[in-house]
Amino acid sequence: MNARETVLGRVRDALALAPRPAVAVSRDYRRGRGLPDPERLDLLVDRLVDYKAQVRTCTATETSATLAEMLAGLGARRVGIPAGLDRTWLSDWTGDLVEDRPDVPAPSLAELDAVVTASAVTCAETGTIFLDGSHDQGRRALTLVPDVHVCVVDLSQVTAGIPEAMERLVPERPTTLISGPSATSDIELERVEGVHGPRTLVVVIRTDR
Amino acid sequence: MSSTFLGMPAAPPRSPYGAGNLRGERTFPEAAAHELGNDQLRANLHRATRTIRAKRLAVTAELPDWEELRAAGAAVKNEAMGRLPELLEQLEAKVTEAGGTVHWARDAAEANALVTELVAATGSREVIKVKSMATQEIGLNEHLESQGITAHETDLAELIVQLADDRPSHILVPAIHRNREEIRRIFLERIPGVDPGLDSVPAELAAAARAYLREKFMSVPVAVSGANFGIAETGTLSVVESEGNGRMCLTLPRTLITVMGIEKVLPRYADLEVFLQLLPRSSTGERMNPYTTLWTGVTPGDGPQDFHLVLLDNGRTAALADPIGREALNCIRCSACLNVCPVYERVGGHAYGSTYPGPIGAVLTPQLAGTHAAKNDPNASLPYASTLCGACYDACPVKIDIPSLLVELRHQTTERTGRSAERLAMKAAAAVMGRPKLYTTAQRAAAIGRIAAGRDGKISHLPPPLGGWTESRDITAPPRRTFRAWYASQEGRDALAAAAAEHPADTEMPEEER
Ligand code: SF4
Repeated sequence: MNARETVLGRVRDALALAPRPAVAVSRDYRRGRGLPDPERLDLLVDRLVDYKAQVRTCTATETSATLAEMLAGLGARRVGIPAGLDRTWLSDWTGDLVEDRPDVPAPSLAELDAVVTASAVTCAETGTIFLDGSHDQGRRALTLVPDVHVCVVDLSQVTAGIPEAMERLVPERPTTLISGPSATSDIELERVEGVHGPRTLVVVIRTDR
Repeated sequence: MSSTFLGMPAAPPRSPYGAGNLRGERTFPEAAAHELGNDQLRANLHRATRTIRAKRLAVTAELPDWEELRAAGAAVKNEAMGRLPELLEQLEAKVTEAGGTVHWARDAAEANALVTELVAATGSREVIKVKSMATQEIGLNEHLESQGITAHETDLAELIVQLADDRPSHILVPAIHRNREEIRRIFLERIPGVDPGLDSVPAELAAAARAYLREKFMSVPVAVSGANFGIAETGTLSVVESEGNGRMCLTLPRTLITVMGIEKVLPRYADLEVFLQLLPRSSTGERMNPYTTLWTGVTPGDGPQDFHLVLLDNGRTAALADPIGREALNCIRCSACLNVCPVYERVGGHAYGSTYPGPIGAVLTPQLAGTHAAKNDPNASLPYASTLCGACYDACPVKIDIPSLLVELRHQTTERTGRSAERLAMKAAAAVMGRPKLYTTAQRAAAIGRIAAGRDGKISHLPPPLGGWTESRDITAPPRRTFRAWYASQEGRDALAAAAAEHPADTEMPEEER
């Protein structure tokens, strides 16, 4: 017998020796929660600030001005974007704009000062941004290697809790959950922000989208 | 394709003796006595566990539906264990459909050989690793080393442990036993080209690790990971982490090899909504960990283009065949039970001799690797590494009744070995807790009651210091599986109160029990 058949056979034997009653999972925890816009916004901003992310709110028409200002403030010169990002978002930006391509080797992404992307869903209660590899978010390496990630979140994409956010995901897409910049508490449990992922996370929340 | 079940079921085997890291060299009381001599260790542990405890309590209290989430988490895990054959086959089919390759490993040796072969096929002599308890359990790094392949741990704490030729001592913070000055010295000695003026400030130490590992992330073409959850319905795997080393390993290399215990499978994608709330809050005491990666097979143009999933048994099916012990398989490795355990806090993780320390280790290790009476097996002493105070059960996000499992394991060990269980229990408790206090006396009464009971379930004789207490009465033993219920019942309370009243707080252990 090969390993597969052996292991599956053992699992069946185990369950025959110690049968398990069928289990009904009751999901009495909070699901399908809605919160008014201002509350979701306040909650999200509170969480993001707690994680030491930089947060800005603006309207859709202010997108390019806000992004240009943030990028200038960060001292960025070369800014990467995924191929499917709305170019008008960066119409006020005067530095170099580098559109990502799948054949760019990952180490070259380190030469970008920052990367600007959209996002798929965001959970307010935990301050978690979900990226799913769509064309306006790019491949995973793009939001991982550069040291600064500027992420645009629309308030309509913000859910109250985790179940409401998970519901909006497409399971088969490579999905990254981001809750603040990378961090470690491995040395005497003292929190250090910025280990391997981007050390700076900037979140721009568009309140009328 | 599913094989049909024929004939009598056979008891599945434990993890083979002597392979991997599921057994220490000394019994728990011996190892604990040694660790207790290390004041630095105790100070580090005390500070660390106290800090995490406070954070966990704050973020779990914040959720009004915490108990409902725990109940759902426990139910999903129980459901998954009962449906394991079909879920594993479904997971395999989905991963394969999405462009991955699934392998099965009966034990540590088979898993190690499989991974070695897969790495060799890439031509690389190096792999980068993201923290995985399963690969620590099977001793993968040591095996790869023996085959001329260098494994680089990339989690900061794992890196510290690896550079120091040390062993992890905590599930979540494996270098919890090291302080900053020790870490500075380890880095100065072991990281090539590190700045000789390196400071012991944690931020600087983390920066030194970042610089060292960056080059590995960018150049090593193979990664080995574990997985927190594997979703049968979609074939999705997940790694929950903080530092971004996980994202690096799961994204940049050409080849990704994930080693996952078969008990990590969950039925549905939607089940993640429960565990992604339970795990970070119980583990680091955060509302959410900084990064979680979810991936399904291979995505063209994004991440590793060659993906292998190794499904590992190594004693898990043996645990599954134990109607009581199998509950230990529900563990999601959050480490909350370690952080609340008075025994762990005093002795640290090394005393348990296994990859899995603390209360969960005391039940899971003997389940996976067994206890061999003939070999004076250190694992036989693990179920006694507890005062049965119950704090672990209260903290566990999937409601594993660890005290009941410990009592059951003690019972099984005594039945099989005929060894004086109460002596072991007292030795372990005495070694760790110092002077026995009233509450340990009372709890021992309960625990010993379960063990000393004969076939009729009545206790007619108890060892000293409780011996005199039973001569005048028969106590009903706490029945199997319901230790906690007994403990909370009027009968239990009465028995404990009686024990306490007759054996005042200053009762000393008889000399030979120390
Ligand atoms: S037994 Fe429970 S508390 Fe302990 S590590 Fe496992 S899930 Fe966490």
